[in-house]
Amino acid sequence: MLHLEHLTLSHFRSHRRAEVHVDARPVAIYGPNGAGKTNLIEAVSLFSPGRGLRRASAQEMARRPESLGWKITGMLRAGGDAHEVAFTSEGGASRNVTIDGKPAPQTALGRISRVLWLIPSMDRLWIEAPEGRRRFLDRMTLSFFPDHAQATLDYEKAMRERNRLLKDEVRDAGWYAAVEAQMARTGAVLTANRQSALARIAAAQAGAETAFPAADLELTSTEADIPEDEAGLRAALAESRFRDIAAGRTLVGPHRADLYGVFAAKGIPASDCSTGEQKALLISLILANARALAADTGAPPLLLLDEVAAHLDAGRRAALYAEIGALGAQAWMTGTGPELFEELGEGAQRLEVTEDAGLSVVRAL
Amino acid sequence: MSRPNRSEIDTLIDLLARLPGLGPRSARRAVLFLIRKRGILLQPLAEAMQAVAQNARECLNCGNVGTTEICEICSDDTRANGLLCVVEDVADLWAMERAGAFRGRYHVLGGTLSALDGVGPDELRIPQLKDRIAGEEITEVILALNQTVDGQTTAHYIADQIEDRVALSSLAQGVPIGGELDYLDDGTIGAALNARKRL
Ligand SMILES: Nc1ncnc2c1ncn2[C@@H]1O[C@H](COP(=O)(O)OP(=O)(O)O)[C@@H](O)[C@H]1O
Ligand SMILES: [Mg+2]
Ligand SMILES: [Zn+2]
Repeated sequence: MLHLEHLTLSHFRSHRRAEVHVDARPVAIYGPNGAGKTNLIEAVSLFSPGRGLRRASAQEMARRPESLGWKITGMLRAGGDAHEVAFTSEGGASRNVTIDGKPAPQTALGRISRVLWLIPSMDRLWIEAPEGRRRFLDRMTLSFFPDHAQATLDYEKAMRERNRLLKDEVRDAGWYAAVEAQMARTGAVLTANRQSALARIAAAQAGAETAFPAADLELTSTEADIPEDEAGLRAALAESRFRDIAAGRTLVGPHRADLYGVFAAKGIPASDCSTGEQKALLISLILANARALAADTGAPPLLLLDEVAAHLDAGRRAALYAEIGALGAQAWMTGTGPELFEELGEGAQRLEVTEDAGLSVVRAL
Repeated sequence: MSRPNRSEIDTLIDLLARLPGLGPRSARRAVLFLIRKRGILLQPLAEAMQAVAQNARECLNCGNVGTTEICEICSDDTRANGLLCVVEDVADLWAMERAGAFRGRYHVLGGTLSALDGVGPDELRIPQLKDRIAGEEITEVILALNQTVDGQTTAHYIADQIEDRVALSSLAQGVPIGGELDYLDDGTIGAALNARKRL
């Protein structure tokens, strides 16, 4: 089972120095508002490629007011395989990664760990702008396809190149074609990865016994249809050049994809569901994703569930804990008080986070 | 020789710290090391640098760095075998030469296409490349560019410009010599599989 065994934070947000020893069981974290619970699981979210669950810059993560650098270390274990991972950020620069003492690109994290999360700001995911849904989809996709991170970086790089050509109103058709070929090559990978992640999640939902409602998901687009294959994407980009010059940016491609969700049992779009139902759909998807990964790779991902327990009634909460227990996932869950985690019983370990003179204090119980 | 004063040493440290891969700390260590080995290292180094500073130049034909107007590779007739290997920069050319596997000539672009960095086709040595294909009776151009977005964009651009004049190829991607499958990333494994050969 994939889990973190040992985690240290140094000068990371409200934590000046924190050290946590945990086993593979779920981790229940409680303490008053503002104590530093989310900061702690934000540190765990950095064990996957990207900017973590708040999408913050490394600079923002540095403990204020000192704003020196920060450091996180952790021992990731999956079965007999253990990796020592360390992140350091100095002078506001984005984090440097070492794996087993060797410098590694951030994208390499996708190969040794998988991390999924649900945070309160995602409650409005179904009704807000497509970016949030796309990010959610890509986080799920990355969990199945570690190369999704690099493909995304490459696609975005090629698109920034193209957008620059558009802004500078460059007229060299060959240059556009060369850049568009890169966008098409990587963009087709993105779409294929996303589609196949959705297929796996659909399959996992179909086979599951769960207290949470299934969602039918479909990859859609905020604009015209996005061609899925490389040749089609290349042609669409070439065709869109004049329009894109006028817009000053690229209007077609997988960066404009959207995720359409339907509450399957009722046939109602997720955006029209009640707030509670919308949240239940997200929980359901995270669990389905975790189940699919467990079936695929033999190990469920790390789950970070920020303030999830508070919004569930006791019955649903018990069901969530039972499903996490059955998965064997190391789920890091936060809440304001220990009573929210009672139903976990011996099946979890507990950390209390409190604040003392502006500093977070983490205590194992 | 008089004892060099602090500020001369500082100047040397500051200059070395600008080298790729060096910072102020490593530059200080390097300078201390050089001063301790003044006779066997610092003096010969100073002379070698002096000589290179006076004589180093870019080959007018291929962009390689040497000490003559036309570099050794371009002046060597045995290397006019019709093969031309296009690389991004001189370091890549030297890497190919170290490998010793290629007996044709090179063309150094001096970078990659990048609108964001303000490098367009005219900033690279692409016009010279076209001239050489005709002038040196090139039969095959090998695009040995990096597997980065900019490298591949550049390769695509050049291919588009010359594909009707000459045969084109690129380096294969795949399992490195001594590489263990278990340690390779998915992209490399995929590329190696696509480039598989029949036994
Ligand atoms: N870079 C930082 N340096 C110091 N404190 C920070 C930093 N970023 C956030 N904080 C503090 O962390 C606290 C919030 O912690 P958080 O983990 O979100 O609390 P909660 O326990 O409610 O989840 C706030 O008091 C905030 O001021
Ligand atoms: Mg919080
Ligand atoms: Zn030359």
